[in-house]
Amino acid sequence: MSEIPTELRYTSSHEWVEDQGDGTVTLGVTDHAQDALGDLVFVELPEVGQELAAGDACAVVESVKAASDVYAPVKGSVVEVNEELEEHPEYVNEDPYGKGWLVRLELAEGVGLDDLLDAAAYQAVVEAEEE
Amino acid sequence: MGKRTALYQTHKALGAKIVDFGGWDMPLHYGSQIEEHRQVRRAAGMFDVSHMTVVDLRGAGARDCLRRILANDVGRLPGPGRALYSCMLTPDGGVLDDLITYWMDEQWYRVVVNAATRDKDLAWMREQASAFEVNLAERTDLAMLAVQGPRAVEIVAGVLDSRSREAAGALRPFQAVAAGGLFIGRTGYTGEDGFELILPADEAVARWEELREAGAAPCGLGARDTLRLEAGLNLYGSDMDESTTPLESGLGWTVAWQPEERRFIGREALEAQRARGVARRLVGLVLEGRGVLRDHQKVHAGDAGDGEITSGSFSPTLGRAIALARVPAGTGDRCTVEVRGRELAARVVEPPFVRNGRVLVELD
Repeated sequence: MSEIPTELRYTSSHEWVEDQGDGTVTLGVTDHAQDALGDLVFVELPEVGQELAAGDACAVVESVKAASDVYAPVKGSVVEVNEELEEHPEYVNEDPYGKGWLVRLELAEGVGLDDLLDAAAYQAVVEAEEE
Repeated sequence: MGKRTALYQTHKALGAKIVDFGGWDMPLHYGSQIEEHRQVRRAAGMFDVSHMTVVDLRGAGARDCLRRILANDVGRLPGPGRALYSCMLTPDGGVLDDLITYWMDEQWYRVVVNAATRDKDLAWMREQASAFEVNLAERTDLAMLAVQGPRAVEIVAGVLDSRSREAAGALRPFQAVAAGGLFIGRTGYTGEDGFELILPADEAVARWEELREAGAAPCGLGARDTLRLEAGLNLYGSDMDESTTPLESGLGWTVAWQPEERRFIGREALEAQRARGVARRLVGLVLEGRGVLRDHQKVHAGDAGDGEITSGSFSPTLGRAIALARVPAGTGDRCTVEVRGRELAARVVEPPFVRNGRVLVELD
């Protein structure tokens, strides 16, 4: 059973989003996503300053098995990326909601997180996939 | 639901992630594919390969039949108890399958073919065999375990009875023996030393547990794939198939041209191709920077032309992406690979990348 922290928001494409309370959000891939991918060996991150619309591909996580796009859950601009993943892509497997974070976004004007899934709704997405 | 080996429940109990492989529900990994890969390189891992198809050919015509349907020549084997790797070809020289043949005694050869090609292989072999005095029997009653790694020989020896242990201990690479109800070949698909064991399916679970207790780590097909890629061993359906010949698949060494009077199926097509000149070859690639090479990515070899990756992945031993690729014959020692719209630099190398735990290619 994968871990789904209740304080985070989610997308149906298996990203998590954490509100930093200062107009920025941190995002990564969920425990369910990292488990499905298997051992990660490479993470490709966006450039700081890059403007993203909701749904834009903003990173790629690659396991031994496959490459998978990570999508921006909301509109915003990249203010920070987790550079440690260059040397340690396995952090995404080991700690997907912590050391394995991918990108920090500054939210675009007027953008909130209300349209994203809460933990219960995301849980339902995961269960539907596992059936 | 796919077909299941005798060990399916054992895999589930060990927490395996199960995937479809050629119609079989097989373990991809038991937690970490990379850790399993490393276990095989530094100690010993164990694979359930019971999905593979074991076929026994018995009869006075078995040898002549195999000399007709295989591009390599079982007539080259110096005696029983020897194994031979070969392609089985179409009349056009395309690869129907690659397989291992064990010569067990005067009237018995055992052939192990791929799971995904089982149906067509059996149909083809039966059709060809009708011209010979030979009986073909698929052995669905058997299971197959591969124990591989520098400690594999010692671990297997430790669980055998004294008679089998003695027989197994005498085996050199590419030799095999049937002893004590167990078939033991010193063969594998990882680039490490080890054994492949063929045994009655109803004994597979007990054997597996014994071997696991003795130190062989359960490994899934995911690690098997990265291990064989590092070892430069082709995968049927990816690196070669009916549309490619052994000569353009890095398998020219497995074609026995001598004696000339042996008219194996596909020979004329291969001779014609050899006379024309082989336009493409299979090479190894090592990605210079970061990224991962994948099947079907495009390779650009400058004026020589374009090629394609046939098997690409990340090499845990090298810490780099590696691949097998089919490229124009004139390709030099550098190329680029198209990865998500970008051209990444790669070096062209002669496989294998890794054998017996040692890296065999220069990294920079």
